[in-house]
Amino acid sequence: MNLVVCVKHVPDTESRIRVKGDGTGIVTEGLNFVVNPYDEFAVEEAIRIKERIPGSKVIVVTIGPEDATKSIRTCLAMGADDAVHVVDGDFQRFDGVATAAMLAAVIKDLQFDLIICGKQAVDDDCAQVGPALAEFLGIPDVSVVTKLDVAADAKKITAVRETEAARETVECSLPALVTAQKGLNEPRYPSLPAIMKAKKTAIKTVPAAELGLGPDGAPRVEVLKFAEPPARKAGRVLEGEPRQVVKQVVTLLVEEARVL
Amino acid sequence: MEFDLKEHQQMIKETARDFAEKELKPVASKLDEEASFPTENVKKLGELGFMGMMVPEEFGGAGLDSVSYAIAVEEISRGCASTGVIMSVNNSLVCQPILEWGTPEQKQKFLPDLAKGKKLGAFSLTEPEAGSDAGNIQTTAVLAGDNYVINGTKIFVTSGAKADVVLLFASTDKTLKAKGLTAFLVEKGMPGFKIGKKENKMGIRASDTSELIFEDCKVPKANMLGQPGQGFKIAMRTLDGGRIGIAAQAVGIAQACLEAAVKYSKERKQFGKPICEFQAIQWMLADMAVEVDAARFLTLRAAYTKDKGVSYSKEAAMAKLFASGTAVKSAINAVQVHGGYGYMKEYDVERYFRDAKITEIYEGTSEVQRLVIAASLLKA
Repeated sequence: MNLVVCVKHVPDTESRIRVKGDGTGIVTEGLNFVVNPYDEFAVEEAIRIKERIPGSKVIVVTIGPEDATKSIRTCLAMGADDAVHVVDGDFQRFDGVATAAMLAAVIKDLQFDLIICGKQAVDDDCAQVGPALAEFLGIPDVSVVTKLDVAADAKKITAVRETEAARETVECSLPALVTAQKGLNEPRYPSLPAIMKAKKTAIKTVPAAELGLGPDGAPRVEVLKFAEPPARKAGRVLEGEPRQVVKQVVTLLVEEARVL
Repeated sequence: MEFDLKEHQQMIKETARDFAEKELKPVASKLDEEASFPTENVKKLGELGFMGMMVPEEFGGAGLDSVSYAIAVEEISRGCASTGVIMSVNNSLVCQPILEWGTPEQKQKFLPDLAKGKKLGAFSLTEPEAGSDAGNIQTTAVLAGDNYVINGTKIFVTSGAKADVVLLFASTDKTLKAKGLTAFLVEKGMPGFKIGKKENKMGIRASDTSELIFEDCKVPKANMLGQPGQGFKIAMRTLDGGRIGIAAQAVGIAQACLEAAVKYSKERKQFGKPICEFQAIQWMLADMAVEVDAARFLTLRAAYTKDKGVSYSKEAAMAKLFASGTAVKSAINAVQVHGGYGYMKEYDVERYFRDAKITEIYEGTSEVQRLVIAASLLKA
């Protein structure tokens, strides 16, 4: 079975993000970049499937700047076999559909049965790439998956997905795409010998400019400005008789906060 | 001059930190309280390759550099200093001398299991009358046919009761003193090898520290490491490497102290504001940060020097001396920042305080480190 996993190189979730003075992006200096945590679930799941179904292969595809190799090598050290790195300096691309078009241009030429993506990247939280990629490739997708079974004949999958109201169980023929949600698995630690072996694995690099994207690759989103979230203001304490205070609160909610 | 870590070193640092956060920190306090050995975590570290980091791939190790090793010991010790010393001893004091002095048969027999954490190693030099004066060893080994017969008592052996293989130093010729010492690989279950008293320690309580008793213990000649009379040299060379591990352990403890102090000083309010806004606290934090960085750089420099393949005794002694002192000072200051709460077991700094002290004592006291440094200055 051929498995493709899409991985994004994102700032560590413990990083303190600061906006550049001119509002054109975030300050990347001093930030530590890691594999997007939801993509780690995707990689782990693909490796587990590979371990269950003999003859399987896991290919990691990443779009990112040159130093995204660190995240790619982490995936290789976890157990992925091969990697394609679309080298793109403009990593602050907040256009999920254009990203999906780029991924589709790479993945359409790969042999694949199942594509696994994280349900979203923790930097822009758009959650668009997986479903849009499935659309470009003309295959079905199941998003926000917490449990995944591949049939023994590797022809279909059964996936469990969490929705707000219920838990859905979906059966789907292959090839297909799923997006991984927390709870799907517990990613392994890469072993030290595997880290050293991953160092020697050749990563295929493709300059973003050479992908030959059609109109699908044209950006649809223009980022106008980045800004820090407003600082939380101190709360106000109302004092007095409960009857009076409740009246005051209701008045404030209607007139000042305008939430009622 | 390059201060950035290489890509694989950064990956190892992140893996070790991740492991420490998820597996070690949550259990460190309980294991300390109960003085129970972290069997499960040592096994997991072995499976990941942390127990024999510098052992080459052909013997089942990760074939890594000493810099990677120092980084990993720091991160593991930042989560649990007891686990840090168990890891350091297995790597530096057992795998390394077997690699350096072992016969091809000994390497093949011992290294793969030690490197994968299937077996655990201990290093046994200290005796009641032979601490810093390691040449004064009373344990004897007498050749009788194909075996050496060993008699004596060893103390303060890290992982002693848990070890499958003990690198033991005994005298094969008392008239020669230090030059009459010989090293042996004693295996668990050999006749006449007994575990004595388990020590009840101030700190690093989750690590095992035991007495080992040898009563007419028969050890095959094939288990001698190096040649007769090479024991003292093997011990001293091995301890040079061990000091990098203990320096890294001390840096890990000091880093944990610094982080705990910064966090608490932002949360704790007195006189209507967080105590981190008082200069008295800021000075302590600033001094800690400088010393932790200096200790880390001395440690990485010693590891880097070892990786270059040149003599590194002075660098290792400097790193161990300064890093252990830094761990103790950082722990004192971290408790001080916490005030009364820092004296209570509910806070990790109470454990760091007890864990830090041993780094100034084992694998050569701070006084011995100064002797090593001075000797290398005066030799020139």
